[in-house]
Amino acid sequence: MSQGQTGAELRLVTPGMAIGPVAGKRIGSGAIAENDTIIATRLGWTKEFNNTVSVDPINSAYMPRSGDLIVAVVAEVRNNLWFMNINGPFQGLLPMSLAPWKVEFGAARQHMGIGDVVLARVQEVDECHNVVLTMKGVGLRRLNQGTIVNVPINHIDRLRGEGNATVQRLRDAADSRIIIGENGRVWIDGDAEGTAWAREAVALTQASGHKTTFEAELSALEQNAPKKGDA
Amino acid sequence: MGGYGDVQLLRDDGLRLDGRKLDEMRPVTIEAGVLPAADGSAMVTHGLNVAVAAVYGPMEAHPRKIQRQDRAVIDVRYNMAPFSTSDRIRPGYNRRSREISKVTAEALESVVLVERYPRSKIRVEIEILAAEAGTRCAGITAAAVALADAGIPMRDLIVGVASGKVEDTVVLDLDKAEDNYGQADLPVGILPNTGEIAFLQMDGDLSPDEYNLAMEYNFKAAAEIHEIMVDALKRRYEGGEN
Repeated sequence: MSQGQTGAELRLVTPGMAIGPVAGKRIGSGAIAENDTIIATRLGWTKEFNNTVSVDPINSAYMPRSGDLIVAVVAEVRNNLWFMNINGPFQGLLPMSLAPWKVEFGAARQHMGIGDVVLARVQEVDECHNVVLTMKGVGLRRLNQGTIVNVPINHIDRLRGEGNATVQRLRDAADSRIIIGENGRVWIDGDAEGTAWAREAVALTQASGHKTTFEAELSALEQNAPKKGDA
Repeated sequence: MGGYGDVQLLRDDGLRLDGRKLDEMRPVTIEAGVLPAADGSAMVTHGLNVAVAAVYGPMEAHPRKIQRQDRAVIDVRYNMAPFSTSDRIRPGYNRRSREISKVTAEALESVVLVERYPRSKIRVEIEILAAEAGTRCAGITAAAVALADAGIPMRDLIVGVASGKVEDTVVLDLDKAEDNYGQADLPVGILPNTGEIAFLQMDGDLSPDEYNLAMEYNFKAAAEIHEIMVDALKRRYEGGEN
């Protein structure tokens, strides 16, 4: 996160706090300009990169973007579409034409009902924040088993690690399938022992993923990981 | 706001009954992130008042008729717990809680960047656990900290603070006796960084000079409370980038 930081110290700011003069700088996310002063609009860490000042929020809602892989839950069913809870401010819409099955008009309920969980991709987000999802694509499907863990949006990169290294390590150690949705939902599928360990590891990554002690803590936890072929 | 009878609210030495100076605030403490299930939360103690605020969302606004196509709606519910005062309060919405919920929502709408989340809803729940005059101000302060804790974008924080008049003297931050038997009460919501006023109510009468002095007290107290709010938010995430 501190990569690209140009001189300015990483600073925790609260809404309304002055970050500094505009002075030719561009305003990024989490900040606004008022009377030639850059004002923080969120609780977070200030960041300056490529002459753009922004605030990395400590906590934020999921804002869908086209192409995001997400774990969504069916919230409403109509004759020809599903409204999906995407863990954000807006519901996503999955039309029957973008479902992986051939769905007849009026038969949407036969394929998915309220509460069903799917792995989907954000197809489109328009300027009015209408979100269209798709399940046409490799690996996109209904998730019939496994468990879901919610993590804050800003912890997702930490959970993935550099080049997905951390999540791959968790997959190997837990001998489970783990998929991280961009919307803060993590799907874990394995045996009971592996799932329990993975949940613990996700919690540890959230709590300590940014600390220098994380490597040691994760290694220690890996000692307790369920061994493959034990069962 | 009685303002009647011969209740003595100022001592002969010029101090108030609880020993405070005229421009002295009751002690304030704030803690952010007190409710793990909420997206953001805060607890404010202001004198003997205890207010807890929880923020959920932004989320899809239901029922759909309350949706606004160009902005989020802020749904505030202010409630006093039945055990918050010595006389048991009948549970449920009443005229007073409706009014305070409405003015609080309007005050918060002026600082939250609601245009970022069209068609959605931000739910703010304010629960008063203990009441001793000034609960709406404590509630607004708690709601502002909880909104910031939830990562909701805001132009500024908002501080709830009140002044009033007792025995023809302007005082800051009325306690229960002063509120009940005083002559005026002036609660305001102040944006501490810009000095703007997000809400203002007045009960009783104040002359222009008294009003100006009361507002001077309010701005001074708002600056103090703002520091405590910022400290509470920073304390929650102290120890580096979290």
